[in-house]
Amino acid sequence: MNSRTIAISVALVALMSLPYWVDGTYYVNVASQILFMAIFALGLNVIAGYGGLVSLGHAGLFGLAAYTTSYMLQIGYGHSASIVGGLFVGLGSMAIFAMLSLRATGIGFIMITLALGQIIWGLAYRWISITNGDNGISIHGRPAPFGIEIGSAESFYYATLLIFVVSFVAVLVFVNSPLGAALKGTRDQPRRMTALGYNVWMTRFLGCLFSGLLTAISGILYVYYQQFISPQAVDLTASAEVLLMVIAGGAGTLFGPIVGAALVVIVKSVVSGYIERWNMLLGAIFVFIVIFMPDGLVPGIGRIFRKFSVRKRNNQPQTLAVEGRQK
Amino acid sequence: MWATSYLAMENRKTAEMTFWLLLTVNSITFASLLFLLAAGFSLIFGLMRIPNLMHGSLFMIGGYLGATFLGGMFETISFWVGAAASAIIVAVLGAVLERLLLRRLPGQPLAQVLVTLGISFIVADFCLMVWGGDPLTVPGPESLEGTIAIGPMAFPLYRLAVIAIAAIVAIVLWFLLERTRFGAMIRAGVDDPGMARVVGIRVSLLFTLVFALGAGLAAFAGVMAAPILQVYPGLDQYILPLALVVVILGGSGSLLGAIVGSLVIGFIYNFGQALVPELAYFVLFLPMLLVLLVRPQGLFGRFEI
Repeated sequence: MNSRTIAISVALVALMSLPYWVDGTYYVNVASQILFMAIFALGLNVIAGYGGLVSLGHAGLFGLAAYTTSYMLQIGYGHSASIVGGLFVGLGSMAIFAMLSLRATGIGFIMITLALGQIIWGLAYRWISITNGDNGISIHGRPAPFGIEIGSAESFYYATLLIFVVSFVAVLVFVNSPLGAALKGTRDQPRRMTALGYNVWMTRFLGCLFSGLLTAISGILYVYYQQFISPQAVDLTASAEVLLMVIAGGAGTLFGPIVGAALVVIVKSVVSGYIERWNMLLGAIFVFIVIFMPDGLVPGIGRIFRKFSVRKRNNQPQTLAVEGRQK
Repeated sequence: MWATSYLAMENRKTAEMTFWLLLTVNSITFASLLFLLAAGFSLIFGLMRIPNLMHGSLFMIGGYLGATFLGGMFETISFWVGAAASAIIVAVLGAVLERLLLRRLPGQPLAQVLVTLGISFIVADFCLMVWGGDPLTVPGPESLEGTIAIGPMAFPLYRLAVIAIAAIVAIVLWFLLERTRFGAMIRAGVDDPGMARVVGIRVSLLFTLVFALGAGLAAFAGVMAAPILQVYPGLDQYILPLALVVVILGGSGSLLGAIVGSLVIGFIYNFGQALVPELAYFVLFLPMLLVLLVRPQGLFGRFEI
C-alpha cells in the first residue's frame, strides 16, 4: 500500500462522511459545488494538461449542455430524456468545436476556442425565444434516479459525489491507457508521434470528446444544483475561472484540478460575502500565479515534499507549456 | 386611384432602398471601427507574437476616458482633443504593462494569454467601480452633427467621418510599416532580433512602441465607437471576439487582412442584426468556419496562427 492509495482512501472516507462533520446545509452545498466544478476542471485538464490544448471556450460547452437540459425540461420532456439530450448536445458541439479548433495548435487553439465560446455566449444572450436572454431559464425539481429522491442538500451531495468518483476513476483509467499516453505524446512531441505512426489529429480529437463528455456532465449537475441557468454561466469569465482551477491546482496532474476547484469555489463563496470585486481578485490571482507559480499548487507542494522525502522520483510533473508556433 | 397606388409603391421602393443603403453605410462604419481595433491586435499578434487578450479592455477604457473628457468633466473640450488624449493615456498604459508584465514572459504565449486575460478582468472591474454600471453616452463632435444629403438619401455625417478616418489610419499605417525606416526596423526586429540588435536597432524599445501604438489605436477606436455603440460594462467581452474573428479571418500581421476581415465581419454582423436579430452573434461563426476549413492561416496570413 503506497502513500497515494492511503491518501485517496482518506480523502474518500472524508468526502463520504462530509455531511456529518460539516456544520449546516450551506457547507454541504459548497461541497457539492466543489465536486461538480472539479468534474468540469478534470474535463478541461484532459486536453489542457495532458493534451497541451488550452481551451478558453469550455464554459460554452458547459452552458450548451446545461441549456439543452433546462430547455427540454421546460418544454415538457422527462428528466432522463433531458439529461441524455444535454449529454448528446454537449458531445456533438464538442466534436464541432474540436474539428474547427484543431486546425491550429498552441495559441491559435486558444483564440479559436475563445471566439467559439463567445459565440455560444452570444447565442445564450440573444436567442431570447429559446434561452429567455438575460433572465435565464429556471427549472423545477431534480430527477429521482432509481426512485431515490435527491431534492435535499445531503442527498444531492451524495449523488454528485458518486458521479464525481466515477468521473475521477474514468480520468485515471484514461490517463493510464494507451490513448492517454498517446495524448501526452502529442503534447510533447507531435512530430515524433506522427513519425511513429500515430494519428495525432485523431488522438487529440478523442481527447477532446472525453473532455467534452465530462464538461457536459458537470453542466447538467450545475443546472440541477442551481435550478437556473443564465448567460453568466457561459461567458468568458466562466471559461477563465475553470482554466484558473486547472492551472492554479496544476495542469497535467490528477489531483491539481480538484484542488484548484476547491480553492476557487471556496475563495469565491467566502470572499463574495465580504467584497463585491470577485473579478478583480480573480484577475489578480491569475497574474500572481502566472508570474510566481507557473506550474500550480499541486506540483509546487509536491516539490516541497520531495525535498524532504528520501525517495527521489523521476516523474516530475510537466509544467504547462504551449509552443507559440509549431511548424 | 391608380396614381395613388403607384405613388405608394414608389414610396415603398424608396424606403426599402434607403433601408438597404443605410444598412450598408452602417456596416462600413462598423467595419471601420473594427479595423481600428483589429489593426492594433493584428500588429501586436503578428509582429510580436503576443496574444493580447486585453485589447477589448483597452478599447473600453478608451471609450470611458472619452466619456469622462467629453461629458461632464471638461465640457468645452473638442471631440478630437478628447479622443487623442484618451489614445495617448491608454498608449502609455499599454507601454507600462508591456514593460512590467509581458516583458517578463518572453516566448511564453500561454503565460501571456493568462496575464492579459487576468488584467482584462481587473480592468473590467476597475471600470465598473469608477464609471458605474449604467451605459454612458458620448456626444459626437458638434461639427459632424446632422446628416448629409446625397441624392434622395440622407446619411449621418459622423458615420461617414468614421469611415474616412479609418481609411486615413489604414494608409498611414501602411506607409509607416512599408515605406519608412521605422517600419523597416520593426520588420528587421521581428525577423531576426539578434542581428537587428547587432546593427544597432533598439529592438526592445521598438516592441514597446509597437505595443503602445496598438493600445493607442484600440483606445482611439473606443472613443470613435462611443457615440455609436455607447460605453457599458461588458463592452470589452463583446468586442474582443469580433477582433479575434477579424484576425482569424484576415490572417495575423497583415494590414490587408485586417481591412478585408473587418469589412466581411462588419457586413455580416450588421446584416445579420437586421435580418436575424436573435442570431446576429452566431452568424459570425460562418465565415470563420469557412476560412478555418479552407485556409487556416487566414485569407492574407503569412503563417498559421
